[in-house]
Amino acid sequence: MDEVKVQSALVEAMRIAATQLPGDVVGALRAARERETSPLGAAQLDAILENVDVARDGSIPMCQDTGIQTFFVEAGTDSPFLGRVKGWIDRAVVEATAAIPLRPNTVDPFSGENPGDNTGRYMPFVNWEIVDGDEIRITVLPKGGGSENMSTVKMLPPGVGLKGIQRAVVEHVVSCQGKPCPPTIVGVGIGGGADIALKLGKKAILRDIGSAHPEPAIAAFERELLELINLSGVGPMGVGGATTSLAVHVEVAHRHPASLPLGILIQCWADRRARVRLLADGTTEVNR
Amino acid sequence: MKHELTLPIDETMVRELRVGDILYLTGQVFTARDEAHHRMLEAHENGESLPFDPSQMALFHCGPVVRKAGDSWEVIAAGPTTSIRMELFEDRFLETFRPPIVIGKGGMAERTQSALEKVGAVYTHYTGGAGALAAERIERVEAVHWLDELGMPEAAWIFAVRDFGPLLVTMDSTGGNLYKDLEPTIAENMKTILARIEG
Repeated sequence: MDEVKVQSALVEAMRIAATQLPGDVVGALRAARERETSPLGAAQLDAILENVDVARDGSIPMCQDTGIQTFFVEAGTDSPFLGRVKGWIDRAVVEATAAIPLRPNTVDPFSGENPGDNTGRYMPFVNWEIVDGDEIRITVLPKGGGSENMSTVKMLPPGVGLKGIQRAVVEHVVSCQGKPCPPTIVGVGIGGGADIALKLGKKAILRDIGSAHPEPAIAAFERELLELINLSGVGPMGVGGATTSLAVHVEVAHRHPASLPLGILIQCWADRRARVRLLADGTTEVNR
Repeated sequence: MKHELTLPIDETMVRELRVGDILYLTGQVFTARDEAHHRMLEAHENGESLPFDPSQMALFHCGPVVRKAGDSWEVIAAGPTTSIRMELFEDRFLETFRPPIVIGKGGMAERTQSALEKVGAVYTHYTGGAGALAAERIERVEAVHWLDELGMPEAAWIFAVRDFGPLLVTMDSTGGNLYKDLEPTIAENMKTILARIEG
């Protein structure tokens, strides 16, 4: 088992995430550009698309806010490497920060100290999910501060129903205007509890743009929400235009009868993510 | 309207710029976030002279990723940061140092708007997240000030730029404000959206 190889695969995934926007996001941005009727909005989309090309061709981060390195791990219970993944991730973040380079973004809330390598208490944060099988799938989501600042949780009275949820999501996204760097991807988590709704919202962001929820009623709800948000006219970067969001993804948990938690997670246009598969024989595959 | 402008630039020309104009700048820009604003205003109050002349450059709200390459610096990514944080002191800063063009993202508020009118300057919006594109248009790092004291993102970096843009004028020296202009349209659209949800 080559320890270094797993760490290198994780560094490579972070490099891909920081420098190459996934194809589904680029495709959605291009489609938005074609639809855009506002010249100001179109100019913003042109600059975004040109920026994406410059970053990919030069292998440099597409945004100076290279985010908080956030990991989602689907851990197969029969993988021989369960106990070592966290260590590999920690060391890979330190290496990637110097090598790519990434902006050192982790700051101690009390002392203000920045360790300079994107690590710290609870950082990099790993979301664990136990799954069947003998492989481990790791997704990195470098999440920028500007859009994360626009994320929120609302504890709605259940009486408002699905209409109330739609209203709350649209009102929130529109109130953000240009601050989260639209066109955004909106992750909506419904139910569970305050923390669970937010977690589901963030998980929803990981889905590819264009993917619909497998349940038809939820998929229809996603489509309606996207259409409603884009009627607002906030537009790319909040300068006005047809596309405020590229996608709305909804994940749902059962709720307490007295609660209707709603998590709204906002992802900027730089929807950066990459995946590593670690197989039981120790080989790795990096996917963008 | 599209303008290719070279810095330094005189006030009469800036006063002719209007909301909706798109600028491409060639010349010098200096970066300043919260800390550099404080540091420069403090220097002015203490009667210290600054190591550069801000009135000859554009002010860029930016915390870049910069890497040392031998004796010089290489800019890796340098997109705009959220400008509204600087609203607390931007009026004083503009009136003291008179940079003719502010570059940032998301817009600013009333204090900055009235300072822009007073000194004859514009606020321009640079595409959020376009850090690689910005770095490509930065020809070199000419100097950096207060690096040890403030750290990489907060230091004042002096960049020589070429065709730096697109910069969209969203607040001009006549009180024009793109964000305010959009508000009635968005409010009207919200009525349609809410009617559709309830319907």
